[in-house]
Amino acid sequence: MQSFNERPDLLEINGLTKGFPGVQALDHVHFTLRAGEIHGLLGENGAGKSTLIKVLTGVFKRDAGSIRLDGQEIEARDPAHALSLGIGTVYQEVNLLPNLSVAENLFIGRQPHRFGLVRTGEMRRRSAELLSTYGLSINVADPLGSFSVAVQQIVAIARAVDLSAKVLILDEPTASLDANEVETLFRILNELKARGIGIVFVTHFLDQVYAVCDRITVLRNGRLVGSRPTAELPRIELVSMMLGRELAAEALHRNQRPAVTGDPVVAFKDYGKRRLVEPFDLAVRPGEVVGLAGLLGSGRTETAKLVFGIERAETGQAYVDGKPVRIASARDASRLRFGFTPEDRKTEGIVAELSIRENIILALQAQRGWLHQLPRRKQDEIANRFIKLLDIRTPDAEKPIGLLSGGNQQKALLARWLATEPRFLILDEPTRGIDVGAHAEIIRLIERLCEDGLALLVISSELEEIASYSDRVIVLRDRKHVRELSGAEVNADTIMTTIASHQ
Amino acid sequence: MRRHLPVLITLGVFIVGYLICLAQFPSFASTRVIGNLLTDNAFLGIVAVGMTFVILSGGIDLSVGSVIAFTGVFLAVAIERYGINPYLAFVLVLGLAALFGAGMGLLIHAFEIPAFIVTLAGMFLARGLCFVLTTDSIPINAEAYGQITDIAFPLPGGGRLTFVAIAMLLVVACGVVLAHFTRFGANVYALGGNRASAQLMGVPVGKTTIRIYMLSSFLAALAGIVFSFYTSAGYSLAATGVELDTIAAVVIGGTLLTGGSGTIIGTLVGVLIQGLIQTYITFEGTLSSWWTKIAIGALLFAFIVLQRGLSAASVRAR
Ligand SMILES: Nc1ncnc2c1ncn2[C@@H]1O[C@H](COP(=O)(O)OP(=O)(O)OP(=O)(O)O)[C@@H](O)[C@H]1O
Ligand SMILES: [Mg+2]
Repeated sequence: MQSFNERPDLLEINGLTKGFPGVQALDHVHFTLRAGEIHGLLGENGAGKSTLIKVLTGVFKRDAGSIRLDGQEIEARDPAHALSLGIGTVYQEVNLLPNLSVAENLFIGRQPHRFGLVRTGEMRRRSAELLSTYGLSINVADPLGSFSVAVQQIVAIARAVDLSAKVLILDEPTASLDANEVETLFRILNELKARGIGIVFVTHFLDQVYAVCDRITVLRNGRLVGSRPTAELPRIELVSMMLGRELAAEALHRNQRPAVTGDPVVAFKDYGKRRLVEPFDLAVRPGEVVGLAGLLGSGRTETAKLVFGIERAETGQAYVDGKPVRIASARDASRLRFGFTPEDRKTEGIVAELSIRENIILALQAQRGWLHQLPRRKQDEIANRFIKLLDIRTPDAEKPIGLLSGGNQQKALLARWLATEPRFLILDEPTRGIDVGAHAEIIRLIERLCEDGLALLVISSELEEIASYSDRVIVLRDRKHVRELSGAEVNADTIMTTIASHQ
Repeated sequence: MRRHLPVLITLGVFIVGYLICLAQFPSFASTRVIGNLLTDNAFLGIVAVGMTFVILSGGIDLSVGSVIAFTGVFLAVAIERYGINPYLAFVLVLGLAALFGAGMGLLIHAFEIPAFIVTLAGMFLARGLCFVLTTDSIPINAEAYGQITDIAFPLPGGGRLTFVAIAMLLVVACGVVLAHFTRFGANVYALGGNRASAQLMGVPVGKTTIRIYMLSSFLAALAGIVFSFYTSAGYSLAATGVELDTIAAVVIGGTLLTGGSGTIIGTLVGVLIQGLIQTYITFEGTLSSWWTKIAIGALLFAFIVLQRGLSAASVRAR
């Protein structure tokens, strides 16, 4: 076995440059990938990670620079061409085709065929075989859209892995996977690595970076900050490379505060819906953060949807300020000054063609009714305030939101609900796809909102994080609220053991 | 099961419609009526197959009516004025139409112009070309026409399965194979599902788009040839509004107007539903033929509402 440093460079990128109107997304970036390594590509939101990948795979044309694969200069015309060269990619925003079957998604463009006809049976058999190595046994003839986001993501990865002979690129593949699925993915990445495939792994989860990556490259504002073996890069240094400043160690932690008392703003008694969540009681006081923890599919998001009226409860009663209310739709909820930022920002959140300003004022405008148009000056003021407050990286508020980086879209979505000045705000995975710097900012923002008397319900898969800002944590398992933790019990370990314990 | 629901509903509507007709006019059971239903709607069936591919891919083709008219005029002029062999004329016009469609596909892809605009221009262009060739209605008297229209299989009970009906059924069969058993078919569905994703997954978007419009125009020309058998003439104003009948048939057949979901078989049933309404109104005798349009309008409306409902339900089921 060759020692790590002697391995040849599989992919070599030199002086790669790419500009968009108003933004230099990549500025003379240098990057190398060896065969048989997992290379973490890190950076804050808008650092240029996705752009690097898209230039590499021919989605965007580069302005300058060279790309060599196995010593050969390459220029991918489009992703199909990149694929044929041996570079397979799972992109951040765009997934697969929900209207096609799982098998077709896996094999499109290379279906087994005979006499020009696709051998559907053969294709399905091979798909099932392929997915079984990922521990997934599903009916591959069903449309992809009928499966959960996590399953879709695994299919996307399976496809890219199966396609790419040399280089596999994963742009935030784990954002919607639960712990088990991440485990499976890592097992597979390690297998592929052993086969000599070079893997580029983009993520914001530092734990995952340290769990699998051999080397780390950090980008900031389109420039290369540095490239180091993981073993020689302490965490705190990595973070400061990403931010370009020191992050106070306690930035991620909330100051200890006395328990919140007083009457709840919102309360739910015996609230539930069959097949969604079993009836639960829930109350949130002004200035209080209640966390919802549990595995993917444990009923966290379902609880949020029920509370916000997206799903109609079959049992129980909701109260606002002690008075019974009816929440039969999201409109009712919004009229009661509830806010909700959904988990799947792609399909439930942003309107890609509209500008950042329009996206931010959307909920506020909807509340006022479309006949009472917010004056433009007011719109600008609100948009600019939140762009500054949340540090949304954009040249101006008029850029279509679809052109922002993934994490910045998430922030804009949060701004949309904050702009409505809600009294009760539900955040579903508010920090998913958000970099460490913004992470800390969002947590600080959550704190500030609390001080202003907002009641918050926050869903998160990151236990440390949820423990850091929650006054109370409700743990869910199998669509049931199993336990409520408060006071000293609110810590990652207790949450974890509660999730894991069987009864 | 859920996937096949739209087609099953279309089929249900057809069967119910047929039973209503049968109850009122027992002769609907005769093979003669059935044979005529197929023959009279053959040209619509052929264009509709092409239109299904276009709509499945998320596009629209407004030029098909004009291409049908152009085909008729071209054939009449070529055969009657220039004495070109009818079969050669068929080949020529099919080739021309394929080129025309490829051109539209190229424009749509290369300049990212909405299909609606490009094919609208194509519609005016093809119709304009008809008038350039001739403004009169030119009868076609070629012997070949008589021979072809005479080809028919007698069905038990006095009906006839004519050549054009067989041609239409063949086109449908080829369409089914193309849509569901070839890479091209999968690519068409992929485009309709999400163009950007399809591109990232390596679907040859440009090639597929060009082929889709090529196929649509080619089939429109084929339908134009069939149409000229009915009328034995070429006339510039023929087949106006056929593009809309075709789109209606496709949508009633269960294909989503936004693309990505639908079947060729559904389209055939959609065409037959339209034919059934027409036949019913002919049998009834007192109703004005405009009732066909009204019935189709109502059906179309019902189907679009139904599709909205179904897709909303499937999103919720996740
Ligand atoms: N198609 C586009 N048009 C204009 N600007 C773009 C486009 N795509 C990206 N940008 C800009 O380029 C910059 C880099 O974006 P990129 O998507 O590469 O960030 P990223 O590092 O992937 O961030 P994230 O972690 O949030 O996904 C951002 O400022 C973004 O707004
Ligand atoms: Mg990105």
